[in-house]
Amino acid sequence: MASPIARLPERQLGPLLASYDAAVRVRRWHSFFVLACIAAAMVLSSLSAEVSLPKLAANIGRFTSYFDRLFHLESGALVWTDFGEWYWGIARWLRLLGETLLMAYVGTALGALAAFALAFLAAANVAPSRWGRIAVRRFCELCRTVPLLVYALLFVIAFGLGPIAGVLAVVIHTMGALGKLFAEVVENIDMKPVEGVSATGAPWHVTMRYGALPQTMSNFVSYTLLRFEINVRESAIMGFVGAGGIGQDLIEAIRKFYYSDVSAILVMILVTVAIIDTLTSKIRHRLIGHEERP
Amino acid sequence: MTPRKGGIDLEAIRTRHPQHFAAVDRNRARKIALVTLAVAVLIFGMAELGFFDRKLWSGGARLIDIVGLMLPPDPGDWAHARIFSAALLETVAIAFAGTLAAAVLAVPLGLLAARNVTLSRLVRFLSRRSLDTIRSIDILVWALIWVNVVGLGPFAGVLALMTADIGSFGKLFSEAIEAADKKPVEGILSTGARPLLAVRFGLLPEVFPVIASQVLYYFESNTRSATIIGIVGAGGIGLHLAEAIRTLELQQVSFIVLMILVTVAAIDFVSGKLRFALIGRQGAAIA
Repeated sequence: MASPIARLPERQLGPLLASYDAAVRVRRWHSFFVLACIAAAMVLSSLSAEVSLPKLAANIGRFTSYFDRLFHLESGALVWTDFGEWYWGIARWLRLLGETLLMAYVGTALGALAAFALAFLAAANVAPSRWGRIAVRRFCELCRTVPLLVYALLFVIAFGLGPIAGVLAVVIHTMGALGKLFAEVVENIDMKPVEGVSATGAPWHVTMRYGALPQTMSNFVSYTLLRFEINVRESAIMGFVGAGGIGQDLIEAIRKFYYSDVSAILVMILVTVAIIDTLTSKIRHRLIGHEERP
Repeated sequence: MTPRKGGIDLEAIRTRHPQHFAAVDRNRARKIALVTLAVAVLIFGMAELGFFDRKLWSGGARLIDIVGLMLPPDPGDWAHARIFSAALLETVAIAFAGTLAAAVLAVPLGLLAARNVTLSRLVRFLSRRSLDTIRSIDILVWALIWVNVVGLGPFAGVLALMTADIGSFGKLFSEAIEAADKKPVEGILSTGARPLLAVRFGLLPEVFPVIASQVLYYFESNTRSATIIGIVGAGGIGLHLAEAIRTLELQQVSFIVLMILVTVAAIDFVSGKLRFALIGRQGAAIA
């Protein structure tokens, strides 16, 4: 078949094809090498983590039957056939769920307030002192890198069992995470209003209030709402270490094999989280929409 | 009338243009109402959770004692240091194996949930909903479930991380696939290639760097998660950490926390470099 594309003479084509093949070969070797490294790392970590596919294959039936059992009552009936029996503890669970939400709310609010105060000290463009800025940054890093549950475990020792330990853990973590995000928001503002206000001779806090704050508020609120979503999830498991909320009953049900209780509590948590996610994302979209409008 | 604020008479302007001030006042009233409500809920919550008890003060004093006892970090002896290091390696291994397994398993799910690949709305809807559900269940709950299935130990941790991440990866991958430019795929299809080949040569080269950088990012965050799943018996350093806290070996606690921080920082650094190499600075900032 005659091709409409002119074919290069063999003398020119030969070296071109050879160099193309060489280039492809180098890339092939490169990907092969990377893949081999990943595979070796996978084998090593599987050995270290005692991964055993035969064990998984032998027990996978228990995984599926676990979910089967989750949705059956003690009498053997499916859970939704007898709602009253499934949610026999609804009064207690609702109270604990309310406590979980309050923990998330108070933790987010106090953490955000602290982060708000720290952000202006930690932002490179407006911070009053360089060493103070570095100290605040490190402090925020420490607060957010240590896992939340570790704080909760420590606070349970100090404050005793109960929601107060959980809330304080949420406060610390939220302060660390939001402190960083807020500081980044402040670093991205337009400096002209700040310069304008400080040119009038205003002291630092007035400059921040009228120069910087109006530009940052909607982002602050948006990040805080996002953090609230995360904190609701985190508060729900805080009870695993005795730090209050519905997690206490959840882990007890899992440990004692009260299967229908496990599914009842899990469904409650999932529905609550879904509702809160929808609400906060609606508010966030409205806020960000406001900002983008000229 | 007293002129205020550099000669501007606010009251006079207010009486002359009431309609402009009405909008400002309404806005301000709404803001004040919202803030008052938020503060009221906050105070109610603080009272309800015991913020105004004496317990808070005595506990605060005890917390200061505890922090004092944690310093300086000290493993106790070499045997403990060795045990902790081994457990930390195991933690990183759990994170790596769990993340990689989830990434491999999530690719087909991501394809199923992507709008431009899966045309059946029902399949897409079902795969999205199940991914959402998987994602909403906390990793510790998955760990407890897998401990029931394969027994105590790090393997349960790997499986827990894997299950939780399949949910997140499935969603992220499907978004990456949907954001991909569809012209290369069309080009390959127009040569008469099978759809599978179009995915391999048209879609994959475009989304692979994004996917790889997300997987690396999750490896970082999974190292953090892997440090706590030991608290429920799913392997790693968390077991030792929880035990040290419960037995009040506070210097060991701070030593373990320090080890975790250093490891996480090292992994952050390495994977940050790798991500930068994969997709460049701009992409690294987004992902």
